Amino acid sequence: MDVVNQLQRQFIDYSASLHREGFLDDQFTQLQKLQDDNSPDFVVEVASLFFEDCEKLINNMARALEQQQGVDFKQVDASVHQLKGSSSSIGAMRVKDVCIAFRSFCEAQNREGCLRCLQQVTHEYSLLKNKLQTLFRLQQQILAAGGSIPVVE
Amino acid sequence: MVLAESGFSSPRNDAFPAGLRVLVVDDDPTWLKILEKMLKKCSYEVTTCCLAREALNLLRERKDGYDIVISDVNMPDMDGFKLLEHVGLEMDLPVIMMSVDGETSRVMKGVQHGACDYLLKPIRMKELRNIWQHVFRKKIHEVRDIESLEGFESIQMTRSGYDLFDDGHFLSGDDTTSGRKRKDADNKHDDRELSDPSSTKKARVVWTVDLHQKFVKAVNQIGFDKVGPKKILDLMNVPWLTRENIASHLQKYRLYLSRLQKESDIKNSFIGMKHSDLPSKDSTASFGPHKAMNMIPDDVPNGTYSFSASNSLAQNVDLKGQGDLKGITSAPVAEPKGALSIDIHDSHEAKSTQMSFDHSLGSVDSAVSFASFNSTTPLQYPWTEIPEIQFKQECEPLHLENGFSQLPLPGPSMIENEANRSRIEVKPLLEESRSNFVEHLGPVGAEDLFPIQSKSQSLNNQVFDLISATKSSMKTQDVGLNYLADSEFALRNLNASGVGVPLATLSEDLQICWLQGDCYPMNYGLQDLECSTYDNPALMAETPFHLYDVLRFDHEHLFDPTEYYAIDQGLFA
Repeated sequence: MDVVNQLQRQFIDYSASLHREGFLDDQFTQLQKLQDDNSPDFVVEVASLFFEDCEKLINNMARALEQQQGVDFKQVDASVHQLKGSSSSIGAMRVKDVCIAFRSFCEAQNREGCLRCLQQVTHEYSLLKNKLQTLFRLQQQILAAGGSIPVVE
Repeated sequence: MVLAESGFSSPRNDAFPAGLRVLVVDDDPTWLKILEKMLKKCSYEVTTCCLAREALNLLRERKDGYDIVISDVNMPDMDGFKLLEHVGLEMDLPVIMMSVDGETSRVMKGVQHGACDYLLKPIRMKELRNIWQHVFRKKIHEVRDIESLEGFESIQMTRSGYDLFDDGHFLSGDDTTSGRKRKDADNKHDDRELSDPSSTKKARVVWTVDLHQKFVKAVNQIGFDKVGPKKILDLMNVPWLTRENIASHLQKYRLYLSRLQKESDIKNSFIGMKHSDLPSKDSTASFGPHKAMNMIPDDVPNGTYSFSASNSLAQNVDLKGQGDLKGITSAPVAEPKGALSIDIHDSHEAKSTQMSFDHSLGSVDSAVSFASFNSTTPLQYPWTEIPEIQFKQECEPLHLENGFSQLPLPGPSMIENEANRSRIEVKPLLEESRSNFVEHLGPVGAEDLFPIQSKSQSLNNQVFDLISATKSSMKTQDVGLNYLADSEFALRNLNASGVGVPLATLSEDLQICWLQGDCYPMNYGLQDLECSTYDNPALMAETPFHLYDVLRFDHEHLFDPTEYYAIDQGLFA
């Protein structure tokens, strides 16, 4: 019981910090609420989809921005827009914010600015991925110890 | 309330909105998964797909398989707005748009294209819980449109435009035959529609030409703006008719007239080639695409009526360019069929087609063929009850008119031209002339479009389908142009005849094509046509009013008398 409580405490604190630091927003909480007996791994599955999508989009952007002949900013913008949508699905606030700035640079056809944003986006994405993986690990531990995942409002 | 009981098919009957069949389209796999989960939590039946084309296929495969579509705006294979248009036109389902982009212009565009709602991502559960209201609202509107005495049946008549059928409107002089056909269509319709199996078929009022004439006369006497079912009932002096019958009929009549007006207004503006008007028209028109789409189903039966009414039409439908049918889906409802009713001089059109459609249409005898593909196989329709003679009578004076003679529609041939009811076909063509619009139509087989049936209604629908398909097939601007010219011509005639339909009254509920924001270049291309009279209002003005009246009157179908009335009274002046 103690172990479970401890883990749960950790989980709650960690969740709260993620929210506080802007890594996650209310949308993530909504996802957690959607999780039920029918889909016990719902949040993890959604997060996996998100990571996959993210990586694909980031690669697209990188490729497009690498073009020496001439960057297709429309294409980059399209990818950024998609990433923005994707990030809103799990509540990846920081990623989403970078996307907003990213789009302005695309509109301005500013390659330098875009590249900087791409870097930022990649960075934020990596951070988020690590943090979510930590969170999920905690969840697993709680479940393994016989406890239940507390819902952090 | 009737709706609650019978408006939905059995699986969803008891627990509405539970079981609402939702189709979600989003290229973002994460969102697709989330939405699916959320919708399932709302107890909806969810189908997901990540491609717009896939969604369209699903929708087309099971025309009644879904109640509502939720789609993202940005998708790789097709613009969400395009999908929205397609769905609205072909299936007339409520569509909700979603996007992470909440810019006003985007939202506005969504509404313009007919979205019944625009949700911003991230989407919350509560937003999804309420989407059933859009389905419900549509049902109510459909019921209102029909306003049949038998509430059950009207609800069952959903988006297929069969409502007019069910209301007893039909065209031919042979009541029993038509009645039977109508009944068959009804049955067929009911089978297809989400019908309450327990509903019984109640006797319907058969609005014969005679009856309708009385009706129109009564409305006339009272004054359109002062009209009311009770007053009409009193004037008509038909003992077995009830106030409800009249009310329902009046509603349809109003819808029909307003549709006519809108269409003629639009045509007018285009014909006049008022470039400046177009954008505004587009924008105004844009505001009600959804509604327009709703209206369209009403048009279909009307259009078909006129089509079937003109016996000759049925006979002379040429299925042309069968080959061109590929890649075209029937988009029946979308066609402003009502406007077609304004067209008249099919024979003219036929001729003009000859003149202008050389490249594609050869000898187009019927409007249908006109609208149809390049095959020249005449399609014989077994409508025999509609006397041809009347049609001929009408044709003659028509083509004698100066205005007409100058029209691309030649005179004499029109008489033989049975399928002159191009009105129906023309309209769709007009609408479809936009190539980008044409794109919207998916692939369809020729046989789908024109199965020869004995049922007028189904035929009519098929015709419409064909027309739409035809239009799609006419990718060349010339063809579209020609079609456009003809339909416009007809419309202009109508307008010139004195239908005081002020442009201002042009309803915003234009077909989607209008919304495209494109001026129909075809209009401008009218110059290319031999018929030079398009630009000549004087010629238009020469179009004899009475001809229309005669035409209408003799054609025993609903449209004619009403059009007559409309033209005569300048209802919307």
